[in-house]
Amino acid sequence: MSLRRWSVTLLAALVALLTIAPLLWMLSVSFMARGEASQFPPPLLPNDPSLDNYRMLFGTFGIGRFLLNSLLISTLATGLALLFTIPAGYAFAKLRFKGRDATFRLLVAALVVPGQIGMLPLFLELKAMGLVNSYAGALVPWLAGIFGIFLVRQYCLSIPDEMLEAARIDGASEGQILRRIVLPILTPIIVTLALFVFLGSWNDFMWPLIILADQDLYTLPVALAAMSRQHVQDNELMMAGAVVTTLPVLILFLALQRFYLSGLLTGSVKG
Amino acid sequence: MSAQRRTSESAIAAGRASEARAGWAMSSPALAAIILFFVLPAIASLALSFTDFDIYALADIGNLRFVGFENYERLLGNPLFWKAVTNTLLFVGFGVPFIVALSLFAAMLVNSRWLKWRPVWRVALFAPYVTTLVATAVVWRYLLHTRYGLVNYLLSPFGIAPIDWLGDPHASLPAILIFVGWKTFGYNMIIFLAALQTVPRELDEAARIDGAGWFTRLRHVTLPAIAPTVLLVSVLTVAGMFQLFAEPYVMTQGGPAQSTVTILYFMYEEGFKWWNLGSGAAVAFLLFLCILAVTLVQLRLARRSGAI
Repeated sequence: MSLRRWSVTLLAALVALLTIAPLLWMLSVSFMARGEASQFPPPLLPNDPSLDNYRMLFGTFGIGRFLLNSLLISTLATGLALLFTIPAGYAFAKLRFKGRDATFRLLVAALVVPGQIGMLPLFLELKAMGLVNSYAGALVPWLAGIFGIFLVRQYCLSIPDEMLEAARIDGASEGQILRRIVLPILTPIIVTLALFVFLGSWNDFMWPLIILADQDLYTLPVALAAMSRQHVQDNELMMAGAVVTTLPVLILFLALQRFYLSGLLTGSVKG
Repeated sequence: MSAQRRTSESAIAAGRASEARAGWAMSSPALAAIILFFVLPAIASLALSFTDFDIYALADIGNLRFVGFENYERLLGNPLFWKAVTNTLLFVGFGVPFIVALSLFAAMLVNSRWLKWRPVWRVALFAPYVTTLVATAVVWRYLLHTRYGLVNYLLSPFGIAPIDWLGDPHASLPAILIFVGWKTFGYNMIIFLAALQTVPRELDEAARIDGAGWFTRLRHVTLPAIAPTVLLVSVLTVAGMFQLFAEPYVMTQGGPAQSTVTILYFMYEEGFKWWNLGSGAAVAFLLFLCILAVTLVQLRLARRSGAI
């Protein structure tokens, strides 16, 4: 039995190592000197670790600007998504109003339509609104998060009606009930949703690529893709760029993984 | 008495009215955003696909003409469009079984009752899913390098000659699939794990005592029990395969010999490189029909076989 225990664990460790090896190697190569990684066999660890690639990225390539753009867009996207989604999700779960269930069924049906279908008209729409090539244009898709509404609604369904009824009898307005009673209960799902939107908008590529033409507005993925087309040979530099792009979200996920994984199951399995 | 009841009834009615008002007030901002930025563009896509919207119309809307099905006709006669469709279908055909099998294997491994430190392995296997696609595509482009890449280095002890993963039209599609599989299996694994935990251990144990081997138990105990989840994961993976864009954009730019041009990549080039927005919208609409058709077929197959 013990042998079995160890062999299964060993296999899992091996698979896990193989899975995170690309990420570890990305980190290792980012500390190598120029050209050091272009050898055969590929070196696993830097001979003389240095921060030169990072210095070059932040100095010559001004990656700090893209990092700030990404931070700004993702933070705003998260805030706006929460602002739009939480009241709607709560309303669909707990407030009785005419047309509620029919509207919600339509929303669920709309979940199967991928967002890319309307990308070209959305681009034209935002062009008419003067939002092309602006942060606002990059934020727009995150306002319309059907999945977020769905997630919040699922969670709200477990709030007992008696609790809300009691607050109404005590004379609380619907807005006060949402702020004082519902929001504190929703904290875990709010963290989950915020994490989803932040990671989603941080990692998003196609929409910012389309809507942001000005290089000063580029997010990290768009800037990295442009850089990787120009600097195909500079592997060490590109690995450092990949680290700067992906490390923030990876750390965020590791810190809050409990919220992320539980939300993922609410969204896909129970739905 | 009756007056009192009337006031309480009217109080309840007033409460109901204010509840309904609040319901609309709280949901309408989100609904407005969804209509404005999601529903309207999706519908407009269909309308746009019947026009010749191009760079001239972009400059002056007066140049816009209604062209009926001309965009569709032209697309059906365009070899690159068919190449994109074929490539995407190849991604679906090979990618879905590969990724579903990989995810299920990972889930069964992590679900094994003999496994120690389960949460550690679960997080490690899930990590690639949350990384930035563009960044890891850059990393994998390097890992798959013909001469210096770690992948070819790891294959060399098995006597496999260096493969030009991203330069050979026959290897480029598997190369991107390996990357996509690595990136996404963790997500499916979590879904499979939740399903596997509902399969009673006793069932598996009884089959083992009866002398059923690992594969027999997988086929006759585990798979039937989690069939709806297999379907769910396949549907999600099909949708994911139809939406491949950043992977070819970063790793191969659609090459070599257009072997990795996907439908979405084709749509992007048509719309935002050549500014043929009418034709691009037609591609988008056809893509939507494809996704819908494949999903419906999968649901029907599942219903016939009694999985759901």
